[in-house]
Amino acid sequence: MAEMASTAVPVLDAHRLRKDFAVFEDLVDGKPVAFLDSAASTQKPRQVLDRMRAFYEHEYANVHRGVYRLAERATEGYETARRTVASYLNAPSEKEIVFTRSATEAINLVAYAWGLDNLGPGDLVVITELEHHSNFVPWQYIAHRTGAGFRHIPIDDQGELQLDALEGLAREGNVKVVANNLVSNTLGTINPVATLAAWAHEQGGIMVVDAAQAAPHRVVDVQALGADFVAVSSHKLCGPSGIGALWGRRELLEAMSPFNLGGEMIRSVGLERTTFNELPYKFEAGTPAIAEAVGFGAALEYVSDIGLDAIERHEHMLVEQTMTAFDELPWVRVFGPPPERRAGIVSFDVEGIHPHDVAQILDWEGVAVRAGHHCTQPLMTRLGVAATTRASFYLYSIPEEVDRLVAGLHKVKVSLG
Amino acid sequence: MSEFEQLYREVILDHYKTPRNHGLLDEADAVAEGQNPLCGDEVTVSVRFGPGDVIEGVGFEGRGCAISQAATSMLTDLVKGRTAQEVSAMPKDELLEEIGIPLTPVRLKCALLGLGVLKVALHKSKGTPLPEEWGTSSGDITLS
Repeated sequence: MAEMASTAVPVLDAHRLRKDFAVFEDLVDGKPVAFLDSAASTQKPRQVLDRMRAFYEHEYANVHRGVYRLAERATEGYETARRTVASYLNAPSEKEIVFTRSATEAINLVAYAWGLDNLGPGDLVVITELEHHSNFVPWQYIAHRTGAGFRHIPIDDQGELQLDALEGLAREGNVKVVANNLVSNTLGTINPVATLAAWAHEQGGIMVVDAAQAAPHRVVDVQALGADFVAVSSHKLCGPSGIGALWGRRELLEAMSPFNLGGEMIRSVGLERTTFNELPYKFEAGTPAIAEAVGFGAALEYVSDIGLDAIERHEHMLVEQTMTAFDELPWVRVFGPPPERRAGIVSFDVEGIHPHDVAQILDWEGVAVRAGHHCTQPLMTRLGVAATTRASFYLYSIPEEVDRLVAGLHKVKVSLG
Repeated sequence: MSEFEQLYREVILDHYKTPRNHGLLDEADAVAEGQNPLCGDEVTVSVRFGPGDVIEGVGFEGRGCAISQAATSMLTDLVKGRTAQEVSAMPKDELLEEIGIPLTPVRLKCALLGLGVLKVALHKSKGTPLPEEWGTSSGDITLS
């Protein structure tokens, strides 16, 4: 057999992958849904669902401390998933992977457990103007609680961070936290997190990365980013909802107070005092989402088998197709950076028509997009709109769906324009 | 899509493009306004009464999505000639039937904004009950 050329660009066959997703077999008005809302949550492949079902049917018990063999198997399933997360993120150790309910909870964990003990008057928390509320509000809240200042890095008109603002921010106080999403969930902007991490460290602060929107679509290497905490979510990457993970630098996690208390996070309890378990269990109170963790692991394997390079390239092609088609529609305005600097997300405005009406009429055409503020209200204010319409792609998205989106927008224009 | 649904959709679009009773009344007995921050919908309703608390005139202004504006337009047609008490007791389903198309909880809020605002206006001038919470999902409608 001839060897594959090593320079071959990885590609994926989305039409073939769609067979893994039962939802695309369901026809509405004779057509499958054109699901263009994967940035909110992705569809789930049979491989993930089968793995969770098998786990529930043959390997399930509560994890840890069980003496019997079934409990050992359950623990093994749960801990294997943790190792899979560690490997996916290139974490130095699986002890640095804490399972959480979501990426949001992971960020709250850091904001509370690290922030309450390490922030005070004179300190600054720096977030960005395009942050998701999940990496914005916890910091705003903890800054208020501790008396720390709360500042943002502004964006330019293309939706990219204005790093020349950093110098001024550094003069305003002790920068203790810099929090940023690796990929903007609204604009798709790929943010310069490694640069921000280096700057945060120069200031003596920590770098907290919301990778919920990045991890499904591109390589997230926590060591290469130079970050201190990275939050990811399962449901945006073909896995079940109800589970996410936090990676944190071991020395920081070790030094931190606990977040939630009770259950597995405890070593020993006395009437006077309680000692806490070692990492990562110190941060996992209560019975965790066990089968969901197993499903999360299966989803990471599914995505890894397809290959993140191939996924990124596939989504880039769809973004190019969408933006090229939108160029022909003078009544459609696209927000955010050019295709080469954005992930698989296109937020736009149809002149004079409310995004909810755009989404409603597209739904009548079987095209599912999201309309609203996308949990980024400060960004909406910066863009000068109440809401946008957003199309987002994943490994199962196909060019025909972009065609249906564009055709649907013509109907929107005719109906309401 | 059924023919009925298609028809309803056309009626909604017609109300959106050519709203009935558009513009606030010059001599109003009551005015109220409301916002739905989720969509950025805004509606202001003004009412004038004739003898026996009968709604003699009603006018509205607003901006936002087609459902919110069309529903308010339809509502103004529905309530003229009824008493304040009748309208304050008007169930939301009566308006939803008039709208005719199935709405998700998010859109329900848009559809019912005008009715809530009108009930507040009636409350202000006639002391009728305030609108009940209409049990939709997150996001606060503010009425004043």
